[in-house]
Amino acid sequence: MDRPVFELSGLRFSFGRRVVLDGIDLAFEPGRFHGIVGPNGSGKTTLLMLMLGFYQPEAGQIHFRGEDLAALPKRRLAREIALVPQDFSINFDFSVRDVVTMGRYPYMPRFSAPSREEAGKVTSVLEEMGIAGIADRSVLALSGGEKQWVVFARALAQDTPVLLLDEATSNMDIHHTLYALDRVSRRVRTGKTVIGVFHDLNLAAMYCDRLIFMSDGRVLAEGETEKIFREEMIEKTFGVRGTILKHPLTGDKQVIFRKESTR
Amino acid sequence: METRYEQKDAPRAKRGVLTFLALLALLCVMILISAGMGYIHIAPADVLKVILSRLTGSQRHLAGIDKVVPYVIWQVRLPRILTAAIVGSGLSISGVFFQGILLNPLADPYTLGVSAGAAFGASIALLLELPFLGVYAVPLFAFVGALLTLLFVLSISSFEGRIASNNLILAGIIVATILSAGISFIKYVADEQVSVIIFWLLGSFSSRTWIDVFLTFGIVTVGGLFCLYFARDLNVMALGDRIALSLGVQASRARVMLLIAASLIAAGCVAVSGIIGFVGLVIPHLMRFVVGSDNRVLIPASALLGGSLLLFADTITRAVLPHEIPIGVLTALIGGPVFCYIFRKHRRVMIHG
Repeated sequence: MDRPVFELSGLRFSFGRRVVLDGIDLAFEPGRFHGIVGPNGSGKTTLLMLMLGFYQPEAGQIHFRGEDLAALPKRRLAREIALVPQDFSINFDFSVRDVVTMGRYPYMPRFSAPSREEAGKVTSVLEEMGIAGIADRSVLALSGGEKQWVVFARALAQDTPVLLLDEATSNMDIHHTLYALDRVSRRVRTGKTVIGVFHDLNLAAMYCDRLIFMSDGRVLAEGETEKIFREEMIEKTFGVRGTILKHPLTGDKQVIFRKESTR
Repeated sequence: METRYEQKDAPRAKRGVLTFLALLALLCVMILISAGMGYIHIAPADVLKVILSRLTGSQRHLAGIDKVVPYVIWQVRLPRILTAAIVGSGLSISGVFFQGILLNPLADPYTLGVSAGAAFGASIALLLELPFLGVYAVPLFAFVGALLTLLFVLSISSFEGRIASNNLILAGIIVATILSAGISFIKYVADEQVSVIIFWLLGSFSSRTWIDVFLTFGIVTVGGLFCLYFARDLNVMALGDRIALSLGVQASRARVMLLIAASLIAAGCVAVSGIIGFVGLVIPHLMRFVVGSDNRVLIPASALLGGSLLLFADTITRAVLPHEIPIGVLTALIGGPVFCYIFRKHRRVMIHG
């Protein structure tokens, strides 16, 4: 087994007096799609933000490829870890291309215009995501889902070994959601590591190799999706009774619910 | 497909360079024309000759020019003209940063109460008439007042080491309101000094000296270059602190540092010229329409246009109008309607896409 990308041990974090995460021990293997699921307020986003270095843990340690995350220079981390956040705002009229080009900033000198090579990488992501035709349009004129799409494309342009997704497709329609996650999956198959927070259990079951169930700031269980995505697990985590079926063609597990199944 | 987009990029870069050259030419022409305008009319060619002879130190360019002309240009008009242009640049640079850092297109260099602090400091200096500080009393007090206000606003708006934009704007408004009440009180007790205070508050470039030129040039250049270095970080900060960090920019740290730098520029400008509104608000907006939002281009472009426009306004009040009116009044009278127009247009874009 390869050395984990992230190793979290004894992690604890609070906002003021409210303990958000406690006793988190996790290891994330490289080259896999890791999913984090759990109810609202269970600490999923906070966990991602700790792994980004946006928050500092109150206790415990985060090692990134064996090194202390807090001690790593931010500029270097920007070439290692990319993020698609849950919410974001764009207040200035950057063009779609401007925003996607920002994904290449960590590789470019401060003042130079993109080199032919960098511009080519931006263009190839724009084309991969089908937005080359609107590259010069202002992002202010886009809808919420389209903005998220552009921010997603920017993270792909960053081309980092690790990608953190925090509800990264929450504003997208089903076509764009599946397309975006397919592009991410393809990158996982080439050896990249993806860690994603999901509200949609079926998306998580479909795309993630491994799942982490969280509740109330703790990890309830983690393991291979095939083994851990079970009705009891969902009930224990979310307090909802569901029925797990297998997709007739792929065999992927999916959960369906009926009305009034919350406890 | 690919070639099409590469072709599209090229004219854009070229347009940026052309815009720069045009703005630079505009500023130079404005300086030459303005230096010739006034009570004594001087031809632009003679202005050039005077400047040339000063820079080269030789008298031979001055043949056939009245003896009073070099004095008028070099000692009277140029210091005022250059101060106005530099202050215009400084306020514009500062405005770009305030809008970018606070993620608020309506922010300006005075959002954090810099103007109110400077005004309060200047009012005290004018009230007390401190003879031992001579002509430096007012700018010094204004500068210190601006800095103290800035530090106070920063300190009351930070919670657990983080400063949110909304808190900063609110704190700035609260502190400015308190200070303006203080200024009103000073005016009330100032008796005959009250007209001096009011006149200072409205801003003016009259009787500026080379010392003012060097002071503002120093502050605006050092502060401006510092800000320019972080221009790309400011681009990223427009996408929020989390994305900024994922791209290697620690927004919380950069924000405080850049707010202080931008406020120092504004404080320096205010200390020398009094309070001149709307330049720092309108110029960045105008330039965004022309060159887009990339701060690496926007900052120098705004600096050049801001210099030209404030010089234009100052030349009108100095040489065109029958009586000199305070520059702050003029910029508000010109800038206000322009801003109304931009505001309407901008909001329409936001609503209708």
